[in-house]
Amino acid sequence: MVGALALSLAACGSDPGADPSGEGSESGTGLSGELSGGGASSQESAMEAWRAGFQSQNPDVTVNYDPTGSGTGRENFISGAFPFIGSDAALDDEEMAAAEEQCGSDVIEYPGYISPVAVAFNLEGIDSVNMDPETIAGVFKGDITKWNDEAIAAHNEGVDLPDLDITVVHRSDPSGTTENFVEYMSTVVPDVWDFEVEDVWPIDGQESAQGTSGVVSTVTAGEGTIGYADASQIGELGTVAVGVGDEFVEYSPEAAAAVVSESPRVEGTADSVWAYELARDIPGTYPIVLVSYHIACATYEDQETADLVKGLYSYILSDEGQAQGTESAGSAPVAEELRTEYMTAVESISAAG
Amino acid sequence: MTTTDSPQRPARPGDHAERAPARRRRRGTTERGFNRVFRWIATGAGAFILATLAAVALFLLIRAWPALTASEDELSDAVGRIPEGTSLLEFVGPLIFGTLLAALLALALAMPVAMGIGLFISHYAPPRLAQVLGYLVDLLAAIPSVVYGLWGFLVLAPVLKPFWFWLGENLGWFPLFAGQVSATGKVLATVSVVLAVMILPIITAVSREVFLQTPKLHEEAALALGATRWEVIRVAVLPFGRSGVMSAAMLGLGRALGETMAVLMIISPGFLVYSLEILAAARHNTIAAFIALDFAEASGLGVNALIATGLALFLITMAVNMTARAIVARRKDFSGAN
Repeated sequence: MVGALALSLAACGSDPGADPSGEGSESGTGLSGELSGGGASSQESAMEAWRAGFQSQNPDVTVNYDPTGSGTGRENFISGAFPFIGSDAALDDEEMAAAEEQCGSDVIEYPGYISPVAVAFNLEGIDSVNMDPETIAGVFKGDITKWNDEAIAAHNEGVDLPDLDITVVHRSDPSGTTENFVEYMSTVVPDVWDFEVEDVWPIDGQESAQGTSGVVSTVTAGEGTIGYADASQIGELGTVAVGVGDEFVEYSPEAAAAVVSESPRVEGTADSVWAYELARDIPGTYPIVLVSYHIACATYEDQETADLVKGLYSYILSDEGQAQGTESAGSAPVAEELRTEYMTAVESISAAG
Repeated sequence: MTTTDSPQRPARPGDHAERAPARRRRRGTTERGFNRVFRWIATGAGAFILATLAAVALFLLIRAWPALTASEDELSDAVGRIPEGTSLLEFVGPLIFGTLLAALLALALAMPVAMGIGLFISHYAPPRLAQVLGYLVDLLAAIPSVVYGLWGFLVLAPVLKPFWFWLGENLGWFPLFAGQVSATGKVLATVSVVLAVMILPIITAVSREVFLQTPKLHEEAALALGATRWEVIRVAVLPFGRSGVMSAAMLGLGRALGETMAVLMIISPGFLVYSLEILAAARHNTIAAFIALDFAEASGLGVNALIATGLALFLITMAVNMTARAIVARRKDFSGAN
């Protein structure tokens, strides 16, 4: 807070007569103009913080982020309406080709927003329950119907599990959170979770609610309810420590970020594209993560847009931007060495011609 | 509304027939000039409505066309919710059913209450109370639907839950209350209650006005024959107001059919099932709520499929309105209005 204030004061101080010798001050990047992008709504609260931070460093800049959803965001990027977007899924081959054509250059794509997805439940007096992946999939599939079922009790000695029906609450709208969660289950326990991975919940007949806040309020209002939601939004609910290998890991931003840095990068893409095939079984990491990509062009038609996108993305990857994201949106800080790699790509953003 | 006014329309020019020429003579040509301008403004406004309607219909048709003509495989690839081997009709059918069921239930709940309020205001309440009550009911209409949604989802659903359980346990043999009762109360029954509250103001307002227009002569004649107040209402007020109440109901139904936000926020949606079990989770969804639910993440053919469901809603609403018009027009001859 104090840092931000000092920065904005410095910016104010250097503003009036700073035009010729602006290079001296740390925030005197001389950026100005308006930049409007959009996309994944999962990134909205983080983007809100980043926007505010970036604008306070550059008082003449206005950044807008329209949380249209990832699909619409990608469409708008390909049509050129959004110069930068957030998307819960990486561009597929077809979209990538179209986007490269629109940009007239390579596309820059990396996971800029990483957020643990918590499996949250509402049981009176119980804050944490251990579940291995088979159990999680069994519960959400509807095979395990009671909280004191043998499968749950086996990993929770000493916890007084009630004889209560389990009510599963999932997202009713298509969502990157759902896609990540079901992808986790179908990767780790394909025998139990034998559904296709899609952004809509595959099972009919269960309770559901719209949006993260809808799921959280429904789980909170019920008894014996269980759902999945962005970990930063779950409030006072109890959470499941997820079984990875032989241990049970509680969610944390650091444990979530570790998944990305230890997962293999998808090959056969341009140098500036970092898409990942997430590995869900690395001990010590929290395997259920929502990875949302930041996507931009390597070159833009006009200088102003290029400078603004470069400025915004550099700010997000900076120490300050990362701290800001963790503090206000619970996003996991990107691992140091990956950040350096992404930064080289972002630094190369320029105007065409 | 317009249909109830229409019988008066031809009468009006007749009333002013003697006075009108005199005024025209006095004012001279300027009045005639503005007359012509106003005539064009009014005609333009009328044409504008037609043009808007045509534009919406055209938009729906054009944008829905790719989905209507796409093969089943293409559809299930583009829309996650449509499983393989399901046609668009098989997918939209349950949505249409859910939309109609929710709206009709809401209407069934709202009608008796709305007529009760209307009659109370027009025939029972002291004038000052009637005024305040009328104002309060109108105020209900000013609450945005997203607020109704929040209220229904956060307050009403938990409150109604025990009642739904009671219904399920004791009246489970009745098809509407059969099945496993939802543990969260986010079901079609709750949606119908909220929709009923939302359509209450419009139905009340219209039926109140209709009841107030009952000719005093009819009422006094009934009283003179020794009728009690209830009998006056039964033999004079209700028959007179029947067509007006009908059109009030249709206005309410129209609103309930198209309501989006409140339904979206309350219901645990279900797809591909025709079910009467209004207390069970994930058995129904309405078209408008489905479009709002999926539009944010839809792309390509998915958008076309959503617009195709929108086209279905457009057609249903039109059919409902036309049926209502037909009923009202037929009943008019028999009511006491003429």
